[in-house]
Amino acid sequence: MRAVLKMVAWRAAFAAPLLVIVTIGMFALAQASPFDPVRQYLGERALVTSPEVAESIRQNWGLDRPVLEQYATWFGNLVSGDLGESRSLHRPVVEIIGDRLGWTLLATGSALVLMFAGSLAVGTLAAWRRGSWLDRAITGGAFANEAAPVFWLGLLAIWIFAVQLDWLPAGGLTDPAAVAIDPADVFTHMILPVTVLAVSQSSWLILYVRESVIGVLREDFVIGARARGLRERTVLVRHALRSALLPFLTLLGARMPELVTGAILVETVFSWPGVAAASVQAALAVDFPLLAALTLLGTAAVLAGNLLADIAYTVADPRVRTLGVS
Amino acid sequence: MTKLLQKSATLCAALALAGAACSAPQLPTGPRDDTFVLGLSSEFDNLSPVLGFSPDGGSLIFDGLMSRSPDLTLRPALAAEPPAVSEDGLTVTFTLKEGLKFHDGKPLTSQDVEYTYEALLDPANNSTIRSDYSAIKDVAAPDPLTVVFRLGHPYAPLVQRTTLGIVPKGTLEKTRPVGSGPYRFVSWTPGDRIVLEANQSYWGGAPAISRLVLAFAPDDNVRATRVRAGDFDATVLPPKAAAGLRGQPGMTVYDVPSADYRAIMYPMTRPVTGDPAIRRALGLALDRQAMVDTILAGAGVPAYGPISPDTRWYEPEVAGATDPAAAGRLLDEAGWTMGPDGVRARNGTEARFTLMYPAGDSLRKELALAAASDAKKIGLLVEPAGLDWDTIEARLGQDAAVMGFGSPYDPDYVNYELFHSDFKGRGFLNPGRYDNPEADRLLEQGRASGDQAERERAYAGFQKVIRNDEVFSYLVFLKHVYVVRGEYDGIVPGVDGHDHATGGLFAGIHTWKPAA
Repeated sequence: MRAVLKMVAWRAAFAAPLLVIVTIGMFALAQASPFDPVRQYLGERALVTSPEVAESIRQNWGLDRPVLEQYATWFGNLVSGDLGESRSLHRPVVEIIGDRLGWTLLATGSALVLMFAGSLAVGTLAAWRRGSWLDRAITGGAFANEAAPVFWLGLLAIWIFAVQLDWLPAGGLTDPAAVAIDPADVFTHMILPVTVLAVSQSSWLILYVRESVIGVLREDFVIGARARGLRERTVLVRHALRSALLPFLTLLGARMPELVTGAILVETVFSWPGVAAASVQAALAVDFPLLAALTLLGTAAVLAGNLLADIAYTVADPRVRTLGVS
Repeated sequence: MTKLLQKSATLCAALALAGAACSAPQLPTGPRDDTFVLGLSSEFDNLSPVLGFSPDGGSLIFDGLMSRSPDLTLRPALAAEPPAVSEDGLTVTFTLKEGLKFHDGKPLTSQDVEYTYEALLDPANNSTIRSDYSAIKDVAAPDPLTVVFRLGHPYAPLVQRTTLGIVPKGTLEKTRPVGSGPYRFVSWTPGDRIVLEANQSYWGGAPAISRLVLAFAPDDNVRATRVRAGDFDATVLPPKAAAGLRGQPGMTVYDVPSADYRAIMYPMTRPVTGDPAIRRALGLALDRQAMVDTILAGAGVPAYGPISPDTRWYEPEVAGATDPAAAGRLLDEAGWTMGPDGVRARNGTEARFTLMYPAGDSLRKELALAAASDAKKIGLLVEPAGLDWDTIEARLGQDAAVMGFGSPYDPDYVNYELFHSDFKGRGFLNPGRYDNPEADRLLEQGRASGDQAERERAYAGFQKVIRNDEVFSYLVFLKHVYVVRGEYDGIVPGVDGHDHATGGLFAGIHTWKPAA
C-alpha cells in the first residue's frame, strides 16, 4: 500500500508541471491560429459590424493585451477555479462540461468494458485455436481493423446498420421528435457509437492477448497443469490467461491517448453530444476558454489512465509490490 | 490540426447524408399531432435578443415593441400604438399595452424595455448588433407604460429596429430565455434541438401548433431526406435540394423572394476597376438570367441595385439587360482597345483584375466563375480567387470580391455603411472606398427625414446614383425555398432578409392552423 501511495504522490508531482506545459503549448497554438475569434463570434454579422464594435469586443476579452499577460490572467483564473465563459456557446465552461461529460463517460466507459470483454474472449480464442482458419481470420481482421481510420469505420457502420439494414439510428442522442430523454431511446442510439469505438480500439488488445496467451501456454506451469489432468478450460482461463494479463495492464495506460482521440472522432461522426464533440466545435470557433478546459481534461484523463493502470499492476503483481515501481 | 478538423468536418457532412437516409424510416413513436418539427440549417449562437438573437422579429419566444407583417409593414406588438416621433426627430415615445406578462407570470413594463436597450448598448456585453442601435443616446421609462428613446441624430429607421425582443429586467439569460412571445422556451440540447411550447395566454391568441421542435441539421441533403421521410414537418432548403420535393403529395414548396443579394464589389481606387467604363461594361456583359437559371435552379431574380424589387422602396428605373455589344462599344470609347490575346488594354495597362470569393461558399464561387466567363467575352480578364475571409478583408481595397448583403426592412440598413464616404475602407463597410458627395447627401437625407415621401425620393435618387456609378455589379437576389408537410392555413410568404432561421416564412408559425 505504501508503494502505491508513494507512486500516486510522485505522479501528482509530475502532473502539475506537465499540465502547465500543456497549457503553454495550447496557448501558443491558439495565438498562431489563422482564425480570428472575434470574427467567429460575430458570425455573419462580421460583415456589417463596425470595426469599433469588433475592437471593443476584442478589448473586453483582453485579446489586445500582450500574449504573456493574457496567459497570466487566464492561468490565474484557472488556479482560482474560474474556467471562464465559452465564447461560442455563451455559457460558463464548467456548465458545458458538466452537461456533456456524463454522455462522454457513458459512451467511453461502455466502449471500454465492451472492448475488454470482447478482446479477451476473441484473443484467447485465437490463441487456443492457434493456426486454425479461425485464428487466421481473427488475426487478419485485427490487422485490417488497426489500419482502418476510426471515422471510416463509423461511416461504414452507419452505411450498413442504419442505411442498408435500417436496424439502428445513425446518430444523435434521441429521436428527432422526442422531447424528453428516454433511456431506451438513448440505448438504441448508443449501440453504434459504442461498438465502433470499442472495435476500433480493440485490435492491439486482441493481438496482444493472443500473443501473450500463446507464450504462456508453452510455460512449464501450464504443461504441469495439463499433466495434472485439469480441464482444458481451467488451464486456459485460470492459468494461462491470468498470467498473460499482467503486462497488459501497463499497455492499457499507454493506450489512453488513442482512446481519447478515438472518442473525439466517434462523437463527431455520430453527433453524440459529449465533451469530445464539443472540443471540435471549440477548435473551429477558436473558443479558447472552452478548448483550453477540454484539452486539460483530455490530458488529465490520459494521466489518470496511466496512473490507474500502474496501480492495478501493483495490486495484481506481488513482485512489483515488493520491489516497487519508479 | 486544422487539416484534421477540416477532414472530420467533411466527413461529418458525408456522414450526415448517410445518416439522414437511415434515420428516415424510424418514425416517431408517440402521438405527434401536436408536435411540429422544424428542420433548421444553423443553430443559434445564443437566445438573447440583447446579444443579437433574431433582432428583426421571428424569434417566436420574444416580442418587440413593434412586429413585422409578411408584407413588411410594422404593427404594434408590445406597444399599444405606433410611436410618437417629435418634430426634430430626436425623441421617439412608445406607449405599452396594458397587462403584458412574461412567460413566468411577471409583468412586462417599460423598465424591461429600458433595460433591454441599455444592456444592448453597453459595450461590456459584447452585443453583436450594437452598431445597429448606435443612434440611440439614451432610453427612459418615466412611467410603467411609457418608453422614451432619445437619439443622437434623427434616425428614421429606428421604428424598424424596435422589432428587437424584450427581455426581463436584470437578466442576461443566454440559453434559457424567458420572453413574452407566442412560444415559451422548454429546453435546448446544444447541437441538436430546441423545444418550445405554446404560450396559452399570449396576448395575440394562443398558437394552434402547441409544441414546436427546432431541430438543427446543417447538411442540406440531410434536411431534404428527413422532411421527405416525415422526420421534419417543415424545413428550408437550397433550390437544388428542394427540386425533388416539388409536386410530392402532401408537401408544399414555397419560393419566398428575399432582399439577399450577391454582387461584385469593385475597389474604386485601382486603375482598372476604378474606371467607370470597365464597371459599366462588365455590368452590361453579365448574363444574370443565366446565373438564375443554372446556378440558382430558377430560385432567384436578376439584380441591378441594392433594393429588392419586391419592396416598396424599389426604384423601377434601376433595371438593365445583357448587351455585350454595347459593353464592347463602351470600352472602345473609353480607350480600352482589344489586344491580340483577347484582353483589352489602355496605355499599357491590361484590363484585368482579381475577383475574390470565400473559398467555402460554392454559390459565390459559381457566380464568380460565371462573371469571369462573361467578362472574357468582352475582353476583360477577370481572375477568380477563392480565399478565406481574413485574407479577403485585408485585400478589399485592392481586389474585387463577390459580396452578399441586403435587407428588405429599410433602405438605410447596410446601405448607409456600404456607400457613405464616412465608412470608407472600415473593414467590410464601404469596402471599395466609394466616395460620391451626392450619394452621401441622399443617404443622410433618407436617414434623417421623418417624411415618408421625402425618404422615398431620397432612396430613389440614391439607387440611380449607385446604378449610374456601377459601384457594385449586382448579380442576383436569392429566393429562399421552404418545404412544408401537411396542410396549414395562415402561411403567408413575405420578403425574407438575409437571415431566415425562424425569421422568414416560419416567423408567423404561431398563426398557422392545421387545415380542416
